[in-house]
Amino acid sequence: MLLLAQLLNGLQYGLLLFLLAAGLTLVFGIMSFVNLAHGSLYMMGAYIAASVANSTGNFLVGIAAALAGCLAIGMLLERVAISRLYDKDHLSHVLATFGMIMFFNELASMVWGKQPLFVAIPALLDGTVDLFGLQYPLYRFAVIVAGLAVAAGCYLMIHKTRLGMLIRAGANNTAMVGALGINIKLLNAMLFGIGAALAGLSGAVAAPILSVQAGMGEPVLIVTFVVIVIGGIGSVKGAFYSALIVGVVDTMGRAFLPLALNAVISRELADAAGPALASLLIYLLMAAVLAWRPQGLFVAKR
Amino acid sequence: MTKAPIFPSQWLPMLLLAALLLVPMTAVALDAHFYIGFMTRILIYALAASALNLVLGYVGLVGFGHALFVGLGAYCVSLASLYGLESAWPQLALALVSCAVVGLVTGAISLRTRGIGFIMITLAFSQMGYYVFVSLKNYGGDDGMSIAVTSQLGLGLDLGSPTPLYYATWIALAATLLWMHKVRQAPFGMALRGSRQNQARISAIGFPARRFQLIAYVVSAMVCGVAGILLANLNAYASPALMSWQLSGELIVIVVIGGMGTVFGPFLGALLFIGLEEIMKSQTEHWMLVVGPIIVLVALAGRDGVMGGLHWLDGRWTGLAASGSNRGPGPGAKVASAKGGE
Repeated sequence: MLLLAQLLNGLQYGLLLFLLAAGLTLVFGIMSFVNLAHGSLYMMGAYIAASVANSTGNFLVGIAAALAGCLAIGMLLERVAISRLYDKDHLSHVLATFGMIMFFNELASMVWGKQPLFVAIPALLDGTVDLFGLQYPLYRFAVIVAGLAVAAGCYLMIHKTRLGMLIRAGANNTAMVGALGINIKLLNAMLFGIGAALAGLSGAVAAPILSVQAGMGEPVLIVTFVVIVIGGIGSVKGAFYSALIVGVVDTMGRAFLPLALNAVISRELADAAGPALASLLIYLLMAAVLAWRPQGLFVAKR
Repeated sequence: MTKAPIFPSQWLPMLLLAALLLVPMTAVALDAHFYIGFMTRILIYALAASALNLVLGYVGLVGFGHALFVGLGAYCVSLASLYGLESAWPQLALALVSCAVVGLVTGAISLRTRGIGFIMITLAFSQMGYYVFVSLKNYGGDDGMSIAVTSQLGLGLDLGSPTPLYYATWIALAATLLWMHKVRQAPFGMALRGSRQNQARISAIGFPARRFQLIAYVVSAMVCGVAGILLANLNAYASPALMSWQLSGELIVIVVIGGMGTVFGPFLGALLFIGLEEIMKSQTEHWMLVVGPIIVLVALAGRDGVMGGLHWLDGRWTGLAASGSNRGPGPGAKVASAKGGE
């Protein structure tokens, strides 16, 4: 039972990671743009959702506001700075988005204060759901369902719609897509906006589970990088599978590794090494995957 | 390297570095002791950024995890002094060895990838170090640990007191800059800089480019370890926060502001960036709101940095169009002429 609960927790964490990784990998795969500020968009999503939900009392309105807000911020950022950086190298991207992180963190603590913000789980989703005799929190279950729905939506968008066709074409040859009369600037801005909105959604969904505070985006951003590296850079499918792997490995590791170590080595040592090893687990996983397949598990087709 | 006239881009930074020798005396005379520590911090950042420059500027690899080595160096002081090892020299040896080993392992794995992969992986490795030290509750965990006895240099010199620390840092920086200048023209450095442009070609003419890059990575890790020792003594404190990716990012900013791949760039960048940060901090609590956009502007402006400006001055100085075309990697960069003069 505990195993199943932790498995579901891992799944839920993995799907949150996927929302972030999908946006990041879309932007990276197509525009070859390294966006460190993706975590800041996640943070802004969480803040917007939290403050709107708390003031209107409706969490759904909060989520909608986060989506719209992050879409707007993303497109504005693209317009003001990022579009000027596409033809520069990765270092410029890293530098510019590093500056943006500083800006957004400071902005958040200026607007919303230094104290963390809390959001109540919406009444509708407060409670538990009965899964094969396991009482599992309904909200977390809803996150799993929503995450899977978004993943399916992403798949359909990329493979079945005209926008998806352009996205796939743009990933192969941006210049040719532009030459065929597609407004590539608009396409890029939209794509960046979609990535930002996905980050915002993920922040909004995480808001009731976590405490919303300045700088909350960075740790999760780095885990998202691990997801992308393991999955294969630029591959949305890879991002999906590796997000689930990372989510489950991390959650299970934290829950069971200290216990498992307890059985093997002395209690004192296990108490010290267990949590350390558990938080390292995904990085070790990444190193192992890279040593075996430097391109990641799923190589994006080019 | 014919007997060329000495350019401003050479003598200006050297003059500045020499003038900094006077900082402790001046600060004592003016009773402004704060500035010794402040200038020490700048020099330490300059040292770490110079080390990063070997990888970032010479080889063109965006290492986003150099804070890991700074943090390791700092813990070599705090852990050693906790167990009664207070002399600076074994601490130095400890830091060099541990940074070399960690650098070798992480570098070997990271160098299997390129570009964005390299950025993310170096970042992830430094995060790994961060979590290791956060979870070491016996050694302060999250809060870090203060250092009761700072490093003893011998002859009664204590790295914990401002003036000896300042001069030790100055010497470490000057030696590193001199070495960076030498290596620039050595076959090793030439091969490194060449591999930034075209690794296959460097390999084809018989240089083991990958192995050279790994060596550069390890050396730069070790120098960052030295910076960590100095930083730990300055703060009398070591904490996991030193390994956080913010410090890595700041080091990159410093290198770029100063001028990538140049000898003096990181030094000038540290002066400018830390100085700017300090001025902003004194003006407003929300200084990051200003510094953040400035960094964005630096990224938009391109990457010749302060040294780019000085190279422009060189051209005016001699009336020649001395363009520093052997800087700036990436798609837009011109093919490097193997020009010697810095």
